[in-house]
Amino acid sequence: MTARRSLELVCPAGTPAGLRAAVDAGAHAVYCGFRDETNARNFPGLNFDRAEMREGIAYAHARGARVLVALNTFMRVGAIETWTRAVDDAVAAGADALILADIGLIAYARDAHPRQRLHLSVQAAAATPEAIAFYRDRFGIARVVLPRVLTLDEIARLTAAAAPCETEVFVFGGMCVMAEGRCLLSSYATGKSPNQNGVCSPPSHVAYREENGALTATLGGFTIEQFGRGEPAGYPTLCKGRFAANGATSHLFEDPVSLNALELLPRLAEIGVSGLKIEGRQRGRAYVAAVVRAFRGALDALAQGRAPDAGALRALTEGQADTTGAYRKAWR
Amino acid sequence: MQLTLGPVLFNWPTEAWQDFYARIADEADVDRVIVGEVVCSKRMPFRDHAIAAVLERLARAGKEVVYATLALPTLPRETRAIREAIEAGYPVEANDIATVHLLAGAPHVVGPYLNIYNEAALAAHAALGATRVCLSPELPLAAIEGLAARAGAVALEVFAFGRAPLALSARCYHARAHGLPKDACQFVCERDADGMDVATVTGQPFLAVNGIQTLGHGVTAAIRQVDALRAAGVDALRLSPQSCDMVAVARVFRGLAEARIDAAAAEAALAALPLPGPLGDGYLRGLPGARRLQDAE
Repeated sequence: MTARRSLELVCPAGTPAGLRAAVDAGAHAVYCGFRDETNARNFPGLNFDRAEMREGIAYAHARGARVLVALNTFMRVGAIETWTRAVDDAVAAGADALILADIGLIAYARDAHPRQRLHLSVQAAAATPEAIAFYRDRFGIARVVLPRVLTLDEIARLTAAAAPCETEVFVFGGMCVMAEGRCLLSSYATGKSPNQNGVCSPPSHVAYREENGALTATLGGFTIEQFGRGEPAGYPTLCKGRFAANGATSHLFEDPVSLNALELLPRLAEIGVSGLKIEGRQRGRAYVAAVVRAFRGALDALAQGRAPDAGALRALTEGQADTTGAYRKAWR
Repeated sequence: MQLTLGPVLFNWPTEAWQDFYARIADEADVDRVIVGEVVCSKRMPFRDHAIAAVLERLARAGKEVVYATLALPTLPRETRAIREAIEAGYPVEANDIATVHLLAGAPHVVGPYLNIYNEAALAAHAALGATRVCLSPELPLAAIEGLAARAGAVALEVFAFGRAPLALSARCYHARAHGLPKDACQFVCERDADGMDVATVTGQPFLAVNGIQTLGHGVTAAIRQVDALRAAGVDALRLSPQSCDMVAVARVFRGLAEARIDAAAAEAALAALPLPGPLGDGYLRGLPGARRLQDAE
């Protein structure tokens, strides 16, 4: 076991090399998953086999960083051993915490490993004091990862109500505009969903078609976005697409922007948030290392009473546009 | 096999909403009616005063009544509304885990918004007081059969008719599409009795928006699966109200449930109604949810 800090920078580790890069760049903790359907980033070429998990945890622990193992998909009926075995293996490998979403798996982990620290995944969408109390009081959840759709005031209220359960918030990376873990948009278009398959808008169902100089990006045959000649073509994530409604075409659900809450770190520290999560297990090592270094630098500056440099990460955000999301109450 | 009429998800004008339930009480052959606002707390003041009368009238007509609660409570007043629904004394349908917490073990119904994908989750909810669970519309028939075989005393319901609820958000897309802030939405969602159609930029019908909720454009119709669902031991089919004649929809599904009519007759009868989108059963077949009845794969 490695000690927790008051403001822990929790960083993505999509691969063993990514884990080492994040730890070397200054991550206080990394989160990662097994190479199967038990985690919500079940993409080809990502994740850890059992031996890699043990080695990754040893590498992190030797450098004072914690490892949180995400087992945050929903178990398939009649095949729950795939998930319960993953829980057992993560505990045996020395995971500092398990990040879980399925109430059945949480119940199993609590019974089978009473001393194991459990975190509630954002995929469980606990966004009220009552929902957090439910998981804290019944299952001893030690930390809850909050949805990306809350305002700072709501985060403050939830953090106060959750104690002694800790809160963790996303500070950088992809935005999920829908209540996480309760969104079936991906499976409506493709048959594959985060809950059942650990994927959202999967590459296997993406196609690009060029017509009259415009590039059309489709998902499961549905047009998600069109790009003009010379316009940079983004990935067609369903909820970031352009659609027609009420006689107009717009980014109806969410603009194709990335979350960057770097400038909000002082306020998040004041609120008493425990974990600051960087999204992006599917991202490259260089990207992750750059983001981790910037946030670690900002946290160190904050600890010394200096203001973080808010623009430090702008070049790394999707479509070169970033947002503080709902945190500033822009959605009311 | 029983029929459950799910809650009206859309913002129908209060009078139309009351008339709808009066007709359901008098004419609809359904066993159970779930009444209450699931999507947006701002709509509640318009109907709060009428809901007890609606529940009483349905109960007098011999329907089992259940009080539905919000699927995405975020504000303290929304949690208060859930408490009040619980205290009203009717059986309650929980659509968020906060509601399960507030029910504190009392027997209740679980709606399709909680994630129950496997026997362990089902057992956990049964231990918390769930006596009836409407499964997620995302589940394929094979998973439903697997759950039904392991459901124990919990009655299972399958989402059998209506636009499938797909997502919830803190943001109101009806307001956003009309260029209005959520806090000054002018209740524009009232204009779309079946939700606001959302098409792709190349003109494909795709989704529907209902305030903070997103649904499929197509209309789920578990027609061809009814025999298999009955054989699996599924307790009830859930019919989700659209603006078409729901008494007629209930008649079709009663015929299917009692094996008095076949799938082709049921499909023809439903297709004759003014539906907001094509009939589909993709999810039940393990395909993308948008797949229509006639689509091969």
